[in-house]
Amino acid sequence: MVTSPRRRILNYAIRYVLLAIAAFLLVYPFLYMLSTSFKPRSLVLGDPTQLIPEDPTLDNYIQVLGVDNFLRYFLNSAAVAVVSTVLIVALSSMMAYAFSRLRFPGKRILFTLIIVGLTIPTMMLIIPQFLLARDLHLLNSLQGLVPFYVGTALGFNTFLLSGFFETIPKELDEAMLIDGAGPWRRYWSLALPLSKPALATCVIFAFLGTWDEFAWALTVLNDVEVRTLPIAIALFQGQHSTSWGLVFAASLLAIIPVLIVYIVFQRFFVAGLTSGAIKS
Amino acid sequence: MTAPTAAPPAVTVRSALLRRRRGAAAGGGRREALAAYAFVLPGFILYALVMLYPAVQTFLLSLRDWKITPGVDSPWVGLDNYIRAFSDPAFLDSLVNAVVYTLVTVPMQIVIGLFLAILLDSKLPGRVAFRVLFYLPVVTSWVVVSLLFRYIFSSDEGLANFVTVDLLHLASDNVSWFQERWTSFIAICALGIWKGVGWSMLIFLAALTAVPKDLHEAAAIDGAGVFKRFRYVSLPSIRSALSVVVILLVIGGFNVFISVLLITGGTNDTQVPLTYMYDQAFQFLDFGYGSAISFSLTALVLVVSAAQYWWTRRSMRN
Repeated sequence: MVTSPRRRILNYAIRYVLLAIAAFLLVYPFLYMLSTSFKPRSLVLGDPTQLIPEDPTLDNYIQVLGVDNFLRYFLNSAAVAVVSTVLIVALSSMMAYAFSRLRFPGKRILFTLIIVGLTIPTMMLIIPQFLLARDLHLLNSLQGLVPFYVGTALGFNTFLLSGFFETIPKELDEAMLIDGAGPWRRYWSLALPLSKPALATCVIFAFLGTWDEFAWALTVLNDVEVRTLPIAIALFQGQHSTSWGLVFAASLLAIIPVLIVYIVFQRFFVAGLTSGAIKS
Repeated sequence: MTAPTAAPPAVTVRSALLRRRRGAAAGGGRREALAAYAFVLPGFILYALVMLYPAVQTFLLSLRDWKITPGVDSPWVGLDNYIRAFSDPAFLDSLVNAVVYTLVTVPMQIVIGLFLAILLDSKLPGRVAFRVLFYLPVVTSWVVVSLLFRYIFSSDEGLANFVTVDLLHLASDNVSWFQERWTSFIAICALGIWKGVGWSMLIFLAALTAVPKDLHEAAAIDGAGVFKRFRYVSLPSIRSALSVVVILLVIGGFNVFISVLLITGGTNDTQVPLTYMYDQAFQFLDFGYGSAISFSLTALVLVVSAAQYWWTRRSMRN
């Protein structure tokens, strides 16, 4: 564009100042939380502008991981999230492959039912889901969470992946068909390897969705030893209503894996989010 | 002699072979269909079991006076649960709260998100870093950020009181945010906006990036200033993104749950429909009434978003 260098510099300067203010407002609460988690307990409600504690301590983390059993909850959440993610990606990629590449009676009805499901908020289903889980003896166990986490995530991921599979040239399928490859081989050694970015997006969203899930776990889990991290943190705050340092030490344990996944894979986030939002 | 004539035209061979394979696989369409069911059914059966069946059940439960004890009869009561809901002041209050929450958070998220997207829509060094930072609240779990905001708005020396009293002098004394309905909602709405702006920013940024740069240049050459270029070049191109964002944010607004549950627990008249439904179902075990609330809320939200969709379609055609 035809602008003088001075105007361009001014333009950049204004943008940076505004962006910096926004970044400050959005990030400050995290820093506040981080700082509180390193403060000794008595000083917790001190000066909110003092981000670096005078005598930082790891006591909160030590207590949370040891006495308060958060290592256990961390592993519970990790196990549920990993198993659910594997199943979500496997089942939804299979469904998506059939919807985008194979012909079979009833295809349109089944796909429509998937789309209909995308409009149902999962909270609306929580009462009948609870009765279903009770009848299937899936209450109060970590394994019992998995079918519900997987089933509720299948619609969105199937939709996302079938959109992606459609973009793979049909000629490639036909070439493999000539070589005599059946549907399984075309799915496994053609569609999946070509869809790595879309699969990565699914893995990330499926993992974060199950890692952070709260309402369902709150409803079906009772015993202390089967708690997942979000439940443990929320109940922990109820018990230690003034020990915010402990609460935030526990919270940070829960969000650190999320932040790592997010920062490493952030380009997949952008891709997944924008495609998901624009299509739905 | 390897005569070139011996090589048949590749295309015909290919299509002939294809036909053969398809033919061979035909008993043909049938074998493909069988394979397709093997691909679809494991996932679909699970999906139907935990999504479709409960969706139907929500409606059926809502027509009964559901008794949780096994073996006890749950009589059909028709629309009684719905009549009760819409004459229940507590439920109507919860709807009002959800409407207020939506009316406050949705426009704010859109305006701020769009503003940030415009700021980032240029070849600014460090723009990825800003984008990552802005999106941070979006990826953090609702549980953690709800507790964080409860702490920020805690009654004594919290960050919110520091800002209102010591920094901006909006109040002379520390505010007890969670003692009253609307001050509680200041905290809840602040959280909703803070957590959501990164998401709308990202969607708008994607739409803005897709606007061809020469359109801007042409407009600039014609003498259009920043605002005119935004009004006549950017805005029309992000219209569909805008309508998607509005619809999804409104749906999200009406379905606000975790933040209210963990920040106030619905005390001091701060219930929203989902926290009220949750209490009815899992505290008072009134599953029929809870289902009626769930179903009403979903229907209401569907109607509102359908109306929005229809309205944007119409205004886009004009």
